[in-house]
Amino acid sequence: MSHALALQMRAIRVVRGAVTVLDNVHLQVAPGEFVCLLGPSGCGKTTLLDLAAGLGRPSAGQVICMGRPVEGLNLLIGYLFQQDALLPWCTTLDNVCLPLRLRGIAPGKARREGRQWLERVGLGRFADYHPAQLSGGMRKRAALAQVLAHDAPVLLMDEPFAALDAQLRQAMQELLMNLWEQQRKAVLFVTHDLDEALTLADRIVMLSAGPDARTQYDLTIDLPRPRRMLTLRSDPEYQHVYRQLWQKLHAQPATTERGARS
Amino acid sequence: MNRSHLWCLRGLLLCTLTGIWALLASDAEMAFFIGHPWQVLQQLWHWLAGGTGTLVIDWDGQPLFSLYFPGPLYPHLLVTLAETLAALALGVTSGLLAGIWLGLSPGLAAVLSPFVKAANAVPRVILAPLFLLWFGLGMPSKIALAMSLVFFAVFFNVYQGVREVSPALLANVRLLGANRLQLVRLVYLPSAMGWVFSSLNTVTGLAFVGVVVGEYLGAARGVGYLILQAEATFDVNAIMAGIVVLTACALCLDAVFGCIERKLRAWRGPDQ
Repeated sequence: MSHALALQMRAIRVVRGAVTVLDNVHLQVAPGEFVCLLGPSGCGKTTLLDLAAGLGRPSAGQVICMGRPVEGLNLLIGYLFQQDALLPWCTTLDNVCLPLRLRGIAPGKARREGRQWLERVGLGRFADYHPAQLSGGMRKRAALAQVLAHDAPVLLMDEPFAALDAQLRQAMQELLMNLWEQQRKAVLFVTHDLDEALTLADRIVMLSAGPDARTQYDLTIDLPRPRRMLTLRSDPEYQHVYRQLWQKLHAQPATTERGARS
Repeated sequence: MNRSHLWCLRGLLLCTLTGIWALLASDAEMAFFIGHPWQVLQQLWHWLAGGTGTLVIDWDGQPLFSLYFPGPLYPHLLVTLAETLAALALGVTSGLLAGIWLGLSPGLAAVLSPFVKAANAVPRVILAPLFLLWFGLGMPSKIALAMSLVFFAVFFNVYQGVREVSPALLANVRLLGANRLQLVRLVYLPSAMGWVFSSLNTVTGLAFVGVVVGEYLGAARGVGYLILQAEATFDVNAIMAGIVVLTACALCLDAVFGCIERKLRAWRGPDQ
């Protein structure tokens, strides 16, 4: 059964020194499914993504990607980082071509494909700019183009739009939605923003407040696709789910207190 | 303040300082110790255009060809510059490679760290007699001394730089499928080059110090040797002229490197 899943994390436990960061976390992402991982800051969302990418190892539990257990670096994923991770000494185009070149694709073909990706994220005119010459939003677009050009079957995204202002964030969400609907890859998207999660996700998984965070809530979002930003938020179903999740999210401090007392 | 304004003020400051110097040197006894700007200029003119200079280029004791100049300074200056550039090239390259290598091998770095620190703590000028003994009075001993200064400055910069490469950047390139060699070429080397360029100012000065001190302690050619000769005859003006020549050369090299750096580091963006 496990080979049918893009990403599967079973009974994950992470201990750092005396602190249990994650405890008994279960998570599954089906192929073509967009899952948002929601939780208060510091609850170990990024730690979980790093495990999926093979950048860290769990103290206990198992990570399986495309039917294969993850040992060492997981090259089946594309990772969109929260921080800037473009090479500052390469142009935008060279950055987007990087995964193609590393895969051994000839320079000419890679550049053609790279340019197409830049066009798709609206950076066609900025191919020869260096990251330092771009705005924060443009750098995020370039990073998105890079990770999509990598063409891995599973995408991990770690609050990629958290540092952007509200308007820019919506524009980026819309762009991501449009591109994702063409490709339909499995996505695990970390956020602490309820609106963002509801806009993007097929399913929302909520982690309880850390330390010893565990999966607390798993909710399928049935809002129809393609979702239009403008009308989505006035949808009664959206508002209903929003309230439900908000209450869950804000019932969290109790978990921490109980954890602290025991 | 616009550019021409700035240069006017700088010129004015230079004139004032030279004026004070000339005023102090009007006393003959004082002039014996500090020289006189006018006589320094005359000395420079003599070096540059008075008489002839010959530089015999040899290889392994066999003279290959001779260069003729319109002044006695040129052969010495050429030797000093050649030694400086050679020391820079060798010191920067070896420092860069060693810095990247140790930066990427924490185990080896831990083993070598006390030795590296000890080697860096040795006052390098003290090594000059050793280098003279090993490499003789010619250029190699000066290059070795200057290189020992340049190497450590570059090495520490690059070593620190390699260890401070953004972890997200590294993780990203590794996840995109880069192997270790590609990681060095794509991430570590360009990042280290940035550190090399930012240390190049200091390092050029160090190279000159090493070379000139080496020449001063034992040589048959070079600006340091010229200064040593002048000192032996209590010729303060020639010493001052030698200092002016060296300062001008260091400034020129600095300007050239600054130019190259701006070209190579276009990626820094306009703000930085």
